[in-house]
Amino acid sequence: MNWKKKTTVFAILFLSYSAYSGWVYTQGTEDNHNLKFSGQEQLGKQVWQTNNCVACHQLYGLGGYLGPDLTNIISDKRRGKEYAAAFIRSGGTTMPNFHLTDEQVNAVLAYLTYVDASVHNNLNPAP
Amino acid sequence: MTGKRVAFGFWVLSLSCLILGLLFGMSGSLQYIWPGFLKEQFSFAHMRPLHVFLITQWISSAATGSMYYFIPSVAKRKLFSPILAQVHLLMQVSIIMVAISYFFLGNFTGREYMEFPLWMAGVMILGWILALINFIGTVRPNFNKAPVYVWSWTTGLVFFIITITEATLWQFDHFNANIIRDITIQWKALGSMVGAWNMLIYGSAMYVMCKISKSDEMARSKPAFFFYFLGLTNLMFNWGHHTYVVPASPAIRITAYAISMTELLILFNMIWKWSKSLTKEDKEQHFSYRMLRSTDNWILLNLTLAILISIPALNQYTHGTHITVAHAMGATIGINTTILLAAGFYILFLEKKLPALNTTGWNQFVMGFFNVSLLVFWISLIGSGIAKAASQSANKPFAEIMIKLKPWFHVFSFSGFLLTVAIVILAAPLIRFFVKPQIRRQFVISDQPVSSTYVINVKKQEQEHAEV
Ligand code: HEM
Repeated sequence: MNWKKKTTVFAILFLSYSAYSGWVYTQGTEDNHNLKFSGQEQLGKQVWQTNNCVACHQLYGLGGYLGPDLTNIISDKRRGKEYAAAFIRSGGTTMPNFHLTDEQVNAVLAYLTYVDASVHNNLNPAP
Repeated sequence: MTGKRVAFGFWVLSLSCLILGLLFGMSGSLQYIWPGFLKEQFSFAHMRPLHVFLITQWISSAATGSMYYFIPSVAKRKLFSPILAQVHLLMQVSIIMVAISYFFLGNFTGREYMEFPLWMAGVMILGWILALINFIGTVRPNFNKAPVYVWSWTTGLVFFIITITEATLWQFDHFNANIIRDITIQWKALGSMVGAWNMLIYGSAMYVMCKISKSDEMARSKPAFFFYFLGLTNLMFNWGHHTYVVPASPAIRITAYAISMTELLILFNMIWKWSKSLTKEDKEQHFSYRMLRSTDNWILLNLTLAILISIPALNQYTHGTHITVAHAMGATIGINTTILLAAGFYILFLEKKLPALNTTGWNQFVMGFFNVSLLVFWISLIGSGIAKAASQSANKPFAEIMIKLKPWFHVFSFSGFLLTVAIVILAAPLIRFFVKPQIRRQFVISDQPVSSTYVINVKKQEQEHAEV
């Protein structure tokens, strides 16, 4: 394979990758436009991140495995919002108590409610 | 500081990260068997990022150190700028120290695998840019005739810069305010970042293989480039197999499934061909050969597992279980770590010019010990994953599932301890050589490999000097 051929193949692949990335950044990941992500949800996400909840819990499978996946916790009939709130407030056998304020607890719940609703993305239904 | 000394600096850094990372891995596993262990003082939220961050730094620093060491001999000229390399090393050391302090203090950005503060991602990107300038500056005059491992290293460097940048896009509302986009892009960046470090590592693996077989032919052949481009295609497009459950466009899933998992096959094919081409003498002389044969077996095992969990019907059950961890740790230990140790042993061989690390006796035993403990470790993760998938399908509550999985976690933790011992014993000659400056000084005086007679002379001279 000569130099010219190699660089051409590389350039074609790189351009396809750039185009694909552009599409993934936009249309490929459109969500339900009526989902609300504003002040409270945003604060909830911030609390989620600064306490590194992802070390033990997953959202859409991304995260550690010591705790359960929380993508669907709010709509799960056996768990639900109150159950989630109790854990977030006081921790559990394995989970530490993060000593969050009421405002922070409510914000995390709002964020988890938002995540749960995104599962039913009617633009790109879940498989 | 010469280029070679910078390379050694990266190795010292990487081996320190390996030891510390293993300690945090073991402590993390204890939290699985004793729920609540250190939960208020130093919870899993601290242990896991410390383990994963340090272990990824072991891999990337050793890969970088090997690259800095190998490129001057590939290009047949001195490193373009040892000063830039030194700055890169200093940046890397500072990043690691700062990240460890942040994690100890509980200061997180809470992004999977990138929990450190955002500005550090900026420093990392700058470090990779410096490495790229140095690399291109060194190999540039011969680039058009470069063997495939040079392409592999270049690609690794370029994609580290792209993917770390991509992983910080969540700073913008366009990404942050849409969970589907945020998660998809995070998987995209992380998936391709793993591809980037594989490019760096496979580059070194190919280089070592060519040197042991004393021929570059394999790295210039058409199949070598075919497989390189297939690997690149994987790096760019196969990350979607992580996102089967995310309700993004189905096209992402289809693309990933179509392309997925040929990457490991590529390396397997190369190692297999290479090992067939070696003479008995070559094989016996090199412990690196033994390590790379072991890589071969682990590629086969991980490839089988990876193909199975890439099938959507199975992925539905295995996703979110320890089978994913078996895939991640199986690949990073069985494949990446063994390749990097092989590269380290090859450097040791060049520096000492002594066939001390042959494939007999004690070394053979340690290799066996490593492989068996890794196998048990890997099987325990798969076992706990299968048990979890079965319990989840039966709709059992999480707490009950965790109690059921306890025996698997005990095996995981115990075999993890044995594995740590095996890795430390395996890495001991490297630690002795790279970390202990007084030993290194006896062997490395100039940038040329030295002979044992020379070493004895140097020792004599040093003794005489001390007596004076
Ligand atoms: C060179 C050796 C090792 C490497 C390269 C390595 C690599 C990794 C990687 C990449 C992950 C992230 C997995 C994922 O998120 O799916 C991980 C997680 C983990 N590793 Fe290791 N590891 C090593 C040794 C060990 C050892 C000896 C132990 C001790 C038992 C250990 C315990 C853990 C634990 C507990 C987790 C977190 C699992 C979870 O998310 O719940 N690791 N490791």
